Amino acid sequence: MQLSTKHLLGIRDLLAQDIQLILDTATQFKEVLQRPIKKVPSLRDVTIVNLFYENSTRTRISFELAEKRLSADTINFTASGSSVSKGETLLDTVNNILSMKVDMVVMRHSASGAPHFLAKHIPAIIVNAGDGINEHPTQALLDAFSIREKLGTLEGKKVAIIGDIMHSRVALSNIHLLQKMGAEVTVAGPPTLIPKYIRDAFNVRVEYNVKKALQWCDVANVLRIQLERQNQVLFSSLREYSLAFGINRKMLDDLDKEIFLMHPGPINRGVEIDSDVVDSKQSLVLQQVENGVAVRMAVLYLLAGQRETAE
Amino acid sequence: MVTILDSYQLDLTLRRLAHQLIENHYPFSETCFIGMQPRGLQVSDHIIGYIKKQYPDIQINYGKLDITFYRDDLRSALHVPTITDIPFSIEGKKIVLIDDVLYTGRTIRAAMDALIDFGRPAKVELVVLVDRKFNRQLPIQPDYAGKAIDSIVSQKVKVDWDGQPRVVLY
Repeated sequence: MQLSTKHLLGIRDLLAQDIQLILDTATQFKEVLQRPIKKVPSLRDVTIVNLFYENSTRTRISFELAEKRLSADTINFTASGSSVSKGETLLDTVNNILSMKVDMVVMRHSASGAPHFLAKHIPAIIVNAGDGINEHPTQALLDAFSIREKLGTLEGKKVAIIGDIMHSRVALSNIHLLQKMGAEVTVAGPPTLIPKYIRDAFNVRVEYNVKKALQWCDVANVLRIQLERQNQVLFSSLREYSLAFGINRKMLDDLDKEIFLMHPGPINRGVEIDSDVVDSKQSLVLQQVENGVAVRMAVLYLLAGQRETAE
Repeated sequence: MVTILDSYQLDLTLRRLAHQLIENHYPFSETCFIGMQPRGLQVSDHIIGYIKKQYPDIQINYGKLDITFYRDDLRSALHVPTITDIPFSIEGKKIVLIDDVLYTGRTIRAAMDALIDFGRPAKVELVVLVDRKFNRQLPIQPDYAGKAIDSIVSQKVKVDWDGQPRVVLY
């Protein structure tokens, strides 16, 4: 068994069996993380650079921890404070790093398609840690892992993705993944934040009423309002967004069932989701972060394992 | 294809191994048995089954160990991990590792590395059903062997549990 792909650029390129393999492998890594010594020597001959052209807390720490738990050597690169500010191009920067014998590149970039570009031009294995508004594959994998852990399977489950769908790479990766694994997807939010053709393009349900979306779903994945990616006014104020689309305790209490809530972080408490809801037992937010390390270990392990055969 | 152990001999051998372990480890309070994933588990299940039949009231520490993440051949072949389940502390205990075939010794090397990440055992012993002599790549020998055989590198040993269980060389 091995992955059908050499890089992890997006969920779009993965087969259902690849996703299954990653999630199953992650289950075993989660067990490793419960041991007294949470480290295995699998990747001790692998060097990984974490190339972050965009800010990140969870993803960067999670990747770095996953790499260390696998005994890989790691280098961290952040665009601020580097020669990028002197005008060095992405390709030059990466080629310079690779000439120091680096095997894998974990990269985040604000330009959609940046990892795909690199994959075409350099010999290292690329793992996409988020590119612009395109994909964030490891986030979708850890979301799926968390759902599977709670509900047993993804097949036939109903997942609502709520909020800023337009600017969200998490939403796109999640839609691809959930559909490949046989789950049903509804996207919900204000019409200005939902791409016009998404219903036809991805065969998802579209809902403009958040209460109806919550009533429909087993799990709601609530997205952050990404103010930094908005160059036009798509809703009048955060307060208005919160009143119409924010998730509060009462909405959940009004449902005739108990649903689970996820959020990829960072959370704008009181905007897309209320503080008491985030901290309730229905919220899987911290489990998602915990599972993130195991899922990223699985991705790195499986990709590193096919270095030789992939040539 | 040569049959090394037929169904009757295999059963006899497993019983003998169980009795040797009873002789050295009874009443098992300081001993932990660890079956090696994936194929060692069949052997360890049988041996533990016999011990439990003899002493139904005694608590036996029995776990499973997967060594995939500790292998030294990640570059040449990708292995998919299975479950590791060691629900007890191995600190200061006598560990009995159980596997089906001992060949190069590399799996056992990996197993010892993996075990040490769970704690510091007082002692580690090795039980194998089949010991392929003269093919070792590391200085590792079994403490209990069901059957020691001479074989060449191109041959394979298979423990077949389906239908009439037996051990074959081909």
